[in-house]
Amino acid sequence: MKYLIFDNVNFNYFNKTGEFEAVKGLSFEIQKGEFVSIVGPSGCGKTTILSLIAGLLEPTSGDILLDGEKVQNVNIGYMFQRDQLFEWRNIHKNILLGLEIKGKKHNQQDEEYIDGLLTKYGLIDFKDKHPSELSGGMRQRVALIRTLAVKPKLLLLDEPFSALDFQTRLDVCNDVKNIIKQENQTAILVTHDISEAISMSDRVFILTKRPAKLHKIEIMDFDKSLSPLKRRDEKHFSAYFNKIWEELSL
Amino acid sequence: MKNKQNTTCSPKYLKYLKKQKVDTITTKIYQILLLAIFLVLWEVLVQTGAIDAFFFSSPSRICTTLIDLFATGNLLYHMWVTLSETIIGFLIATILGTLIAIALWWSDKLRKVLDPYIVVLNSLPKIALGPLIIIWVGAGTNAIVTMCVLICIVITILSMLSAFLNCDKDKILLMKSFGASKFQILTKLILPNALVDFISVLKINVGMAWVGTIMGEYLVSKAGLGYLIVYGSQIFKLDIVLTSTVVLCLLAGAMYFFVALLEKKYKR
Repeated sequence: MKYLIFDNVNFNYFNKTGEFEAVKGLSFEIQKGEFVSIVGPSGCGKTTILSLIAGLLEPTSGDILLDGEKVQNVNIGYMFQRDQLFEWRNIHKNILLGLEIKGKKHNQQDEEYIDGLLTKYGLIDFKDKHPSELSGGMRQRVALIRTLAVKPKLLLLDEPFSALDFQTRLDVCNDVKNIIKQENQTAILVTHDISEAISMSDRVFILTKRPAKLHKIEIMDFDKSLSPLKRRDEKHFSAYFNKIWEELSL
Repeated sequence: MKNKQNTTCSPKYLKYLKKQKVDTITTKIYQILLLAIFLVLWEVLVQTGAIDAFFFSSPSRICTTLIDLFATGNLLYHMWVTLSETIIGFLIATILGTLIAIALWWSDKLRKVLDPYIVVLNSLPKIALGPLIIIWVGAGTNAIVTMCVLICIVITILSMLSAFLNCDKDKILLMKSFGASKFQILTKLILPNALVDFISVLKINVGMAWVGTIMGEYLVSKAGLGYLIVYGSQIFKLDIVLTSTVVLCLLAGAMYFFVALLEKKYKR
């Protein structure tokens, strides 16, 4: 079932020095529950694509449909390089931010859902703590729960692990993938870390230099039960790595 | 924290703790000593006639003047006048300045249009407007408070605006991805995010407000510590001038201390 559709999307941006093509003739489809990574040369417009999906930018031409609707009106969850937790709110209040903005009086059901997520992912004891009291990995998990709390139709991850040190990064990768899988979310990850893309995704989209076009799609054929960390031990992991690396340096 | 969990501490750690404690105490002692030496030296120099008490007064003369001024009931009144002018000016400048900064954050157009004016207003010595202020708002408390507000408000606007504009772009994007309105971004992100900067502005303004008020009192006043200083110098009573200055120091210090307490409470 086609869930997210990019149909010949173009996006131009302009400033004083002129008009630039950032995205050109981009078409692809993503299935529900799929985990897709987008890799590409730096500055190729990966973040622009996420902003287009999030409805924060409007395409110059072409259509972006999510579940049959224009993305401007859909509920989408966005995760950033840093967790962007608000230091002046405790964990519980941070997680409620999205619901608060949407003006929904959070009811018993929402509270139970949030408590459930916090319990499941080992954060329930930290509900009344402030972000500064949590480790980097825990903070990133809180950020994910904050996005999940509004029950988004799609998760956008903009290099959400790049601010973490390597050890934490592998752990958080694992946790986040696990949570997304369990909550049966569709997710798009933008990263320049090839091994991260391979370890987490079902498919990897390789983009060209700006203006971003779809260069190639690699399907990651791993056993479904393998965690991102376990995938790194697989024999064909390095083969994928080399392949993508070569495609990128073309 | 470790000493609370571990009942057994290494001797080195105990030594370190002790050193820290000694360090704090000696610093305090030196601070008090410095003041004491200064006062004693001043007094001795005046008593021995090395410097003229007529021009330099002396700690003991300041004390007697202080008691005299208190006894006549004047000093408390003058203190009250200056303090109230300062606090009113401080509050008006802080609140109005923050509101203007919010308006400038809200509208890019307004900010761009007003930018050169704010820059000029910032570099203009506000005292130059003194005569105009007197003509416009009258020679009295109004003029003094206006002067105080003028001096504090520009720096408030500039500091708060830069705090608002420095908010992490991704945090704003996050708010937008939740579908937040501009007003929600302001109240739920921009304002709480700028709290620490707001407290720094309060601290700067405490100092600036005193400058403004005293400057205002030099221009026009019938009462207040600034008035006492000008009056004292005109009749060549340096005792009054210095006594008022000392009282001014104490008041300004107390107000700063109060804001510092606020800061402690809100800064994490």
